[in-house]
Amino acid sequence: MSRIPILEFMDVVKTYGTGSAETKALGGINLTVAKGEFVAMMGPSGCGKSTVLHLAGGLEHPSSGRVLVNGLDLADMSAPQRAALRRSEVGYIFQRLNLIPSLTSRENVMLPLELDGVGRREAAHRATEALNTVGLFHNLDRYPNEFSGGQQQRIAIARSLVAERSLLLADEPTGSLDTVNSDEIIELLATLPARFGTAVVLVTHEPRFASWADRVVFMRDGSIVDESTRSSTGVM
Amino acid sequence: MAVRQGLLAVLSDGPQHGYRIKTRFESITGGVWKLNIGQVYTTLDRLERDGMVKTKEASDSKLYSLTPAGKSELAKWWEPDATSETPPRDELVLKILSALSLGTDQALKVVAAHRTALTLLLQQRRAQMNASDKDMSLATRVVNDSLLMRAESDLRWLDTCESRLLAERAEQKESAR
Repeated sequence: MSRIPILEFMDVVKTYGTGSAETKALGGINLTVAKGEFVAMMGPSGCGKSTVLHLAGGLEHPSSGRVLVNGLDLADMSAPQRAALRRSEVGYIFQRLNLIPSLTSRENVMLPLELDGVGRREAAHRATEALNTVGLFHNLDRYPNEFSGGQQQRIAIARSLVAERSLLLADEPTGSLDTVNSDEIIELLATLPARFGTAVVLVTHEPRFASWADRVVFMRDGSIVDESTRSSTGVM
Repeated sequence: MAVRQGLLAVLSDGPQHGYRIKTRFESITGGVWKLNIGQVYTTLDRLERDGMVKTKEASDSKLYSLTPAGKSELAKWWEPDATSETPPRDELVLKILSALSLGTDQALKVVAAHRTALTLLLQQRRAQMNASDKDMSLATRVVNDSLLMRAESDLRWLDTCESRLLAERAEQKESAR
């Protein structure tokens, strides 16, 4: 696996509120995720793991410290530059799927490409390929609500993959799914680093899902308290 | 699983020689439970003494088979045992309880260390399973599933411990103000 960083947190502090109401969500995080690495983040509710994802995706800004995506400091960028970086480098999968109900599954996946100026025919071709990659081959012109929960999550993953992003941020992506569908989604995510060189950062409460990761990062009270890194051979 | 009942289960397939019983036992337990041949013969002798198996001289060695009492013992073993209400004296539980007696910080440290170690075990086991998935026997798969799920269950328990300890520590801080 390449050790070139795709995501770097340098002494990142994040606080909410001010004065006596100030809450520290992150208390000086240092974290590097390499290209093609699968990292799981675990910890009790409120430990700051989702905040890490929001900062990594530029959805929020650090109170101090630096967040770099592919070597670029998000703080040095204008809002349009950050939006462009997000579209080109970073994909998201959330528990809430955020699929647009009035667009077909194929059109949902085409959307990020069309926002990037890709022509409709080319976008449709690439969207179909991305949907095939996640195991969806049929009824691609049906609407999201005509698919099961697991299939809808696959559509969301296809949408996040279609623009060949190098970093995928997944926040409890299986929250609303049953066990079988959940396992399938995590197995699918686990294949992405080897297939496309995509780095995956997965926030989860489930040890079973975290066990697929190359590295598990444990957080508590806004700090990283430990890490578990699997040996490259996986031999016990 | 007791070796005794395991050997009875092997014999439910029909009469067998001692060595065959040993290899069959090892095969049905997914290769994680090795027996030495001496232990097999000692256990078979005891089962014969207790009337659970009988022997018949064959050309080169003894053939062992189940008696009606052995079949009944085995049938009883398949049934669930819901009589024990005492939680198992698990070493991990004992470690956390002991650490707790030294304070919540020490207990949190022990919880974190064990969680990391167990997670690593889970990661490695998963990688091993993925690497050899196609060649794995059903028994080995079942054993691996069991190991994974036990580790998972311990991890869940450690997470719950951590939540309780953090709540306790927050309460202690609050009352100290």
